Amino acid sequence: MKGNDPRFSPNTSLREVVRAIEADSQTTTASDLSRRSFLKLSGVAGGGLVLALCLGGTSRALTAAGSPLTTEFVPNAFIRVSPDGSILIYSKGPEIGQGIKTAFPMIIAEELDADWSDVRVEQAPINTAVYGRQKAGGSRSIAMSWDQLRRAGAVARSMLISAAAERWGVPAAECTTEDSMVIHRSSGRRLNYGELADEAAALPVPADDSVTLKERKDYKLLGKRVSGVDNYKLVTGQALFGIDQDVPGMLYAAYEKCPATGGRVRAANLDAIRSLPGVKDAFVLEGNGLTTELMPGVAIVASSTWAAFDAKRQLRVTWDETDASKDSWSSAVSRARELAAEPGEDVLIDKGEVDHAFASAAATVEAFYTYPFVSHAPLEPQNCTAWYRDGGVEIWAPTQTPDSGIGNVAHTLGIDRDRITLHQTRVGGGFGRRLINDYMCEAAAISEHVGAPVKLQWTREDDMAHDFYRPGGFHSLKGSVDAAGKLSGWQDHFITFSEDGQTPISRGDLPDTEFPALLVANYRTTQTMLPWTTPSGPWRAPRSNALAFVIQSFLHELAVAAGRDHLEFLLEVMGAPRWLEPGNDRSLNTARAASVIKLAAEKAGWGKPLPAGRGRGLAFHFSHAGHFAEVAEVSVDRNKTLTVHRVTVAGDIGPIVNMSGAENQCEGAVIDGLSTMLGLEVTMEQGRVQESNFDQYPLLSIDAAPQVQAHFIQSDFPPTGVGEPALPPLAPAVCNAIFAATGYRARTLPLSREGFRT
Amino acid sequence: MLRLNVNGTEHAVDVDGSTPLLWVLRDNLGLVGTKFGCGKSFCGACTVHLNGNPVRSCSLAASRGVGQKITTIEGLAGEDGTLHPLQDVWIEHDVPQCGYCQAGQIMAAASLLKRNPMPSDADIDTAMQGNLCRCGTYIRIRQAIHAAAKRLTDKGEVT
Repeated sequence: MKGNDPRFSPNTSLREVVRAIEADSQTTTASDLSRRSFLKLSGVAGGGLVLALCLGGTSRALTAAGSPLTTEFVPNAFIRVSPDGSILIYSKGPEIGQGIKTAFPMIIAEELDADWSDVRVEQAPINTAVYGRQKAGGSRSIAMSWDQLRRAGAVARSMLISAAAERWGVPAAECTTEDSMVIHRSSGRRLNYGELADEAAALPVPADDSVTLKERKDYKLLGKRVSGVDNYKLVTGQALFGIDQDVPGMLYAAYEKCPATGGRVRAANLDAIRSLPGVKDAFVLEGNGLTTELMPGVAIVASSTWAAFDAKRQLRVTWDETDASKDSWSSAVSRARELAAEPGEDVLIDKGEVDHAFASAAATVEAFYTYPFVSHAPLEPQNCTAWYRDGGVEIWAPTQTPDSGIGNVAHTLGIDRDRITLHQTRVGGGFGRRLINDYMCEAAAISEHVGAPVKLQWTREDDMAHDFYRPGGFHSLKGSVDAAGKLSGWQDHFITFSEDGQTPISRGDLPDTEFPALLVANYRTTQTMLPWTTPSGPWRAPRSNALAFVIQSFLHELAVAAGRDHLEFLLEVMGAPRWLEPGNDRSLNTARAASVIKLAAEKAGWGKPLPAGRGRGLAFHFSHAGHFAEVAEVSVDRNKTLTVHRVTVAGDIGPIVNMSGAENQCEGAVIDGLSTMLGLEVTMEQGRVQESNFDQYPLLSIDAAPQVQAHFIQSDFPPTGVGEPALPPLAPAVCNAIFAATGYRARTLPLSREGFRT
Repeated sequence: MLRLNVNGTEHAVDVDGSTPLLWVLRDNLGLVGTKFGCGKSFCGACTVHLNGNPVRSCSLAASRGVGQKITTIEGLAGEDGTLHPLQDVWIEHDVPQCGYCQAGQIMAAASLLKRNPMPSDADIDTAMQGNLCRCGTYIRIRQAIHAAAKRLTDKGEVT
């Protein structure tokens, strides 16, 4: 994906801004507002965005509307320079804790040559026609917006230079910029951007491909440690999140769905519920049968969150479970164990001579690996505020996919997309859960029913019971090493789940390019699918978060069988420097892989003596275009109490945008990975998830947090994301370290199932 | 009608006394810095101070707050807006990721520093283990608490 898609370039976007705002003004107001009154109205509304209009190729036209925005310089939908020198930058994508609300503006500010202390950041409105991709998922934000944002900053900078050069009567080429100022080199004259706003606004906007971008060696801001732009608001408790939204006249709602997916309401004590204090209404929604939109349930609308929750506790629903999930995790585990010894039903890949490799091997290893379904459990339970009126709906939502959320709500309510306005709030944890917008559809449908603004709030128990879980899975593996101690054959019978009997459930598949498919000549994968109904979906580093545990642990088993050092064995598997998928710069590059493996080993002191009882484990995994290797140092006592002392992370995601953010993501990925592998699982019986709150789903607490050191190789490849790829190597690194410390091979997650404790 | 003293201000709230303090703060008083995470005292996102001691407001009946001094994250800074040293170091160390748990973390840490001005890692782990962070910012939380403790001690301040 190239960042310079003309649809999303800063220049063409200007015309789109005009169209979008004019369309928006028709959507958000009942009367036919003129553009001028729309601007004034938006200004008064405060939280609403006042996007500048740019007519006739300059941003001066805006001032002709007589709005209070006179003399602001608004070269595009990302930047507003005020006469007082303050610079407002709009961050276009959802902030879910990955740091994008700081990183995106940093990219713009770098090319703008803005003094970061002049910069204020606000969340952009949802308008993909103007902004392009507005989504948090797949660790793709930086990669897909890098070029677009750099050009947005560079266009503004070039216009400010032109304005100064014109005022001074000097050639633009004699001017440079620094810290929000244009400087005339020979005379030393300088003007702050604010002083140039009015004149810059009168200039034609240059084509975005006509501007010169900075060279990396000239970066002043990118790569530095910058504190998150919302941190002051966070530490002082200001309203930022979805759950914090407040609308005049707002009611509070709870929604009860069948604990087994697909159940319908047969009967409920609605009259009793309606008579409870604070309850305004209680009613059944039939839904549209889509787990991603609106499933059947009982809505309770009340005067406060607690009144709604309290009534929900007293709600008694008889469910019709004719079509509901009957899933049983314990049955799946038993069946998978029976299937382990059998060949898989479907052959996915069979290349080389696997049977011959095994027959002629110096050593073979067979192993059965298991990992469970897990929940996302973001700390902010799902919620959404919706206000249905005049055939349209206004929504305030913590979502990773605002644009598809609009589509979901439109489909659920049977209205046009352009009747929906969505405001992005900060998101109290994403992890993939909020790629799906079921809570948004529920809130919109409840608001439509009661004809008032409604904040829908899920309980923690709702959140654990109605997730799109990371799929569990089973792998029956056989591998071989030859007489030279080299990896010679690999076979994996993957036992997964399917709802339709044709394809695996969401993110429960084994990709053809998964490690080490493209690195082993003799490679066979087969697949058997067990029936399943409970929804699954993307969870931080989808597929890789579980596959890495299996694959990189088993690779270590083979290194041990060969009597080889894991580091040496792993580097040998990588082989000659190359892209594994030629022409695809988001595929694994063995040179980048080898570099991070060596760096992690070096920084962790690989091969150096350790105190008695301690062991080091190494693992590499490639996902989301990120090359990451990690070394864990652990000890285990006689009671199987596991202590992870420290984890060394080495990654190559190209140039780092915000070093503090990147390090924070690595620290978080290690702790998330550790938390999940140690004690987290959701189990289903009779279609019901058995775990309901954090007492049964024990997130890691601070006392078990290891030291983490993150190191980056800032290669010259285009920058890619860091939200996900640091997570997958953690589990195998820890399991390999446990083996090094104890000789015990853990093949089942969570480790609590193997008797480990912390 | 409940009379509650929150952050030094007296409020009269028309709410049933059994309502958890969390929801009175959020829905009735508009103090939304205190967060709902689990509703069962497992996660600590709702931590506030009752007479300086950390409590889980999701599981504390609002009536229990009558006649007590309740402090929330909105009231941690000085009256002139001067941030508590923990708030300053939280920003300097760029602790938050999603940020949702951080108000509860800071309130728990503020109470710890009041009891123990120079806590060890072990002291921090003990005091803070009931405050879950789903994003995994624990390493920075430890660093920030140490930094705030040092700042307070260097200044000879008592929180």
